[in-house]
Amino acid sequence: MFDERSPIYRQIADRIKAEVLSEELKGDQQVMSTNQYAAFFRINPATAAKAFQHLVDEGVLYKKRGIGMFVSPDARDTLRAKAREGFFSDVVDPMVAEAKAIGIPLGDVIGRIKELEAR
Amino acid sequence: MRVDAHDLVLRYGDVTALDRMSFSLEPGKIYGLLGRNGSGKTSLLSVLAAFRKHSEGTVRVDGAPVFENRDVTRRVSLIRDTGETVDISSAEDALEFAKWLRPDWDAALAASLMDTFAINPKKEVSGMSKGQRSALGVIVGLAGRAPLTMFDESYLGMDAPARHAFYDALLADYMAHPRTIILSTHLIEEVSSLFEEVLIIDRGRLLVQEEAETLLSRGTSVTGPILQVDAFTEGMTVLGARELGPTKSAMVYGHLDDVRRKRAVESGLDLGPIAMQDLFVHLTGGPR
Repeated sequence: MFDERSPIYRQIADRIKAEVLSEELKGDQQVMSTNQYAAFFRINPATAAKAFQHLVDEGVLYKKRGIGMFVSPDARDTLRAKAREGFFSDVVDPMVAEAKAIGIPLGDVIGRIKELEAR
Repeated sequence: MRVDAHDLVLRYGDVTALDRMSFSLEPGKIYGLLGRNGSGKTSLLSVLAAFRKHSEGTVRVDGAPVFENRDVTRRVSLIRDTGETVDISSAEDALEFAKWLRPDWDAALAASLMDTFAINPKKEVSGMSKGQRSALGVIVGLAGRAPLTMFDESYLGMDAPARHAFYDALLADYMAHPRTIILSTHLIEEVSSLFEEVLIIDRGRLLVQEEAETLLSRGTSVTGPILQVDAFTEGMTVLGARELGPTKSAMVYGHLDDVRRKRAVESGLDLGPIAMQDLFVHLTGGPR
């Protein structure tokens, strides 16, 4: 079974997910082949294929037999929803903890956020 | 090509180099063969290539015995750590000899690799540096395109840029022409991402045969305050641990389910992957 902790999996999956989020890869667009990924990352093609399969299971990619892998039409929405779910625990909470640890008053942090919002 | 070894034993006088080893290799995969010095890697590869006759047990390649079976051995290639060993003449003669020997020889690939590794075809093999000899060995191994191709530390004499060129060439040619490849190496970090499966041998015995990713997923580093780490890892297989002041980092071996992982993170522990090299070091028992 493929494991999400594998650094190789993360490298491939993070790259594809980032490209989907930034819309460099659009819905129904074909992604590079497993062999191209394998050559680029200097990894076994079977490992690359498993990372792709995992992205298919997650609904980010879909397979067209004999042609290749494509971005699911709703992949970006799914990824954005998932990222929103974890945003406070993954991004905000550590930021607050860091601010507390180094002695920045939370009022200053809030002030900064409002300043950025106004821009 | 498929390889099946059953209760394979190789003895040199009183020394047992291979001790009842059994395993099967499927066609078309890249295998990593890892083991410490003297663990039996070269002995095993020598038996598979029919350079040596085993003492007991059976070894079959595509169902046929390999020893003194020319139909099989022409399609089995072993490049040794010394690199190219046919050193009676020039590099181009060594390639000619390989072409005569290997039914699947690809002359165009050989020529392009000679360029990649900047080997002068007229150069006498006997006058070559260690790096050039290794590179020529690697060229013979890749261009031979044998259905069972084995590299026994063949690239150790090459410098880092040349080794990376070898990994790229190996991967590209493997993807274009899938075949069974065995890489034995000490440079685990450099090569491990090429493996689909890994065999770890120790003192002539097979310790682990596993898909590379599965093996990696079995190892987890657990880092945090000493007491929490100790409480979490109690009852688990701990391969090794280090402490730095109030912090401890333990390497555990075995599957960690999501419930345990969540519990670890909630109690403030950091979980991380373990590199194949570290797993290898600890599975084969640390320094001795």
